Amino acid sequence: MHVVTFTRSTPDTAAKVEVGKDGAVGWGDAATVVNPWDEYSLEETILQAENASGKSTVIAIGGEMHNDALKHSLAMGIENAIRIDDPNLDSTDSLAYATAAAGAIKKLGDVDLVIFGKESVDVGTDQHAYMTARKLGWTMLSYVSKIVAIDYANKTITVEKMYEQGKQTVTSQLPAVITVMKGINEPRYPSFIGIRKASKATIPVWSLGDLGISAPAKKAETVAFMNLPTKEVQVEMITGTPEEQAAQLVEKLLEAKVL
Amino acid sequence: MSVLVFIETFNGQPVMTSWEALGAGKMVADALGTSVSAFVFGENASAIAKQAAEFGASKVFVCDDATLNDFRLEPYAALLTSLVKEHTPKVVLAVGTNRGRELLSASAADTDSGMITEAIELAVEGNTVKVTRPVYAGKLLSHAQNVGDGTLFLTIRGRAFKPNAQNAGASAEVVTVSPVLDESAIVTKVQSFEAEVGTVNLTDAAIIVSGGRGVANNPKEAPAGVSDPTVWKAQDAFENVIKPLADVLGGAVGASRAAVDAGYISYAHQVGQTGKVVAPDLYIACAISGAIQHQAGMRNSKVIVAINKDAEAPIFKMARFGLVGDIFQIIPALTAEFKKRLGK
Ligand SMILES: Cc1cc2nc3c(=O)[nH]c(=O)nc-3n(C[C@H](O)[C@H](O)[C@H](O)COP(=O)(O)OP(=O)(O)OC[C@H]3O[C@@H](n4cnc5c(N)ncnc54)[C@H](O)[C@@H]3O)c2cc1C
Ligand SMILES: Nc1ncnc2c1ncn2[C@@H]1O[C@H](COP(=O)(O)O)[C@@H](O)[C@H]1O
Repeated sequence: MHVVTFTRSTPDTAAKVEVGKDGAVGWGDAATVVNPWDEYSLEETILQAENASGKSTVIAIGGEMHNDALKHSLAMGIENAIRIDDPNLDSTDSLAYATAAAGAIKKLGDVDLVIFGKESVDVGTDQHAYMTARKLGWTMLSYVSKIVAIDYANKTITVEKMYEQGKQTVTSQLPAVITVMKGINEPRYPSFIGIRKASKATIPVWSLGDLGISAPAKKAETVAFMNLPTKEVQVEMITGTPEEQAAQLVEKLLEAKVL
Repeated sequence: MSVLVFIETFNGQPVMTSWEALGAGKMVADALGTSVSAFVFGENASAIAKQAAEFGASKVFVCDDATLNDFRLEPYAALLTSLVKEHTPKVVLAVGTNRGRELLSASAADTDSGMITEAIELAVEGNTVKVTRPVYAGKLLSHAQNVGDGTLFLTIRGRAFKPNAQNAGASAEVVTVSPVLDESAIVTKVQSFEAEVGTVNLTDAAIIVSGGRGVANNPKEAPAGVSDPTVWKAQDAFENVIKPLADVLGGAVGASRAAVDAGYISYAHQVGQTGKVVAPDLYIACAISGAIQHQAGMRNSKVIVAINKDAEAPIFKMARFGLVGDIFQIIPALTAEFKKRLGK
């Protein structure tokens, strides 16, 4: 039984992110962190692998910056880490990403369950998991808030998944790809021993050639990043007793036709 | 056919933001010099197709089959993929709801197409669809576009595009299509559905009143014997202070992550980088400091009102109107004043 998860490094959410004169995105000397949504998928991967006495693997696709997220994952308790990097892989095209991700799962061969985080907090693509599932031809269950049961012998999985209107409980078949939500678990912090072990780990890098695939023709691309147009909001402070503040605010909102 | 729009449904009713997708779809179709089609699957599809016509669709693909009543990716994606293969639309468009994102991404992968999510602006240049989307939690914008001649799958952010005016009586060509998968071929089975109590339609809401960690400073005494008086006070404040203000404004209740993590209110209410991204006409932040991760979820609100007892709170830097003071005094006064002025 083998549970695989994907993750990547993203700039610290508190970092000031800016587009420089050269058009490149930078975040000064702020650190990168493991994509915050992935804390839940990493934790769930560890829990599910433990429950079934199975293996766990984490994969990042992209450059060396993602080693940080992989080491964090190892420090949390994931057993194996792999990075996929290839000059022919344009990581801004999700189709290319999904092709590589599915290629890696196939190469591993014995995978029963793939767990993704909800989305990348920086670029917010929110499509890699679904595309990877379809490229594998596997069941896709998204926005999972709870894994109710997994039966590896009979290859079934029951989960609760969230929609805008409520919670659906479904039973489906393994192998499956799922995305998990915040709240599904309490992510653990890496232990001291875990951090020491992870810092010594060497992470294998696979190319597309190692996966036996080539990059698909590019179908979508990000062409430019821009800083936000500066919007100077001048805050208007409303003072007085609470009743006076309330009356003034309501007056101003009605005047500005906000309501 | 050139632009194909997903009309999302739930319990046999259209999800209202679908009309925004049709509005955006019509705009793109006009710019490409073609027309906009829609597709509606599941219970009541034919009746919903009529509404789609009134909101601007010139053709509607309808499949009213029991396998499509509850949204399940397999039958939905199989059918959409077959429509796309047959009609090769230039653009397939949906609102970026859970169903919309999942369905379009799946079909994009099935057809080896490009996919771009969370569009807030769209423009057409020749054969290229130029998409503006926020990235890095709204700290930056990016431009993305299709490469080559294939279909582009596109999701738009809710409330970023306007629906077309409803033209009562407008009609469309209705094309009935058959499902691709029958029940025996679908491995995912729905066991149950539990509606969210007091639905939190944050992304659709025109007005949001959000509470932060400070709601726990509720002066009300917790009843003897409650296991955690702080949580009780905070929950009581959401129910009896924040919610009444939202109710009188016809708005929804939001929250900061600090309030959610402390168990004051459910995660469905969380606004911010790891919650919902919202863009209402009015956002009232109550006892929220305005951390950058919270800003990420609400900075595109048209008018922001901040109520905080700390005059130095960062939320005042982004607010249009700021009220320094205790929410437990200001909000009840505000609710009463709105009731009076709005005649409720
Ligand atoms: C990876 C990551 C992701 C995150 N994602 C999110 C996210 O999605 N959404 C989010 O909100 N945060 C998020 N955060 C957390 C964020 O950094 C802040 O911790 C959080 O927003 C603070 O919530 P708050 O403003 O309610 O609490 P605080 O910062 O504690 O502020 C409480 C405020 O209430 C005021 N106050 C107290 N009592 C009263 C009273 N009686 N009347 C008036 N004012 C009062 C205080 O003056 C204070 O300003 C994230 C953090 C990280 C690291
Ligand atoms: N390059 C990547 N390598 C590994 N995982 C990724 C990569 N890009 C996105 N993911 C993961 O895919 C999930 C969905 O992200 P996205 O589709 O990018 O919003 C998240 O758990 C991400 O961490």
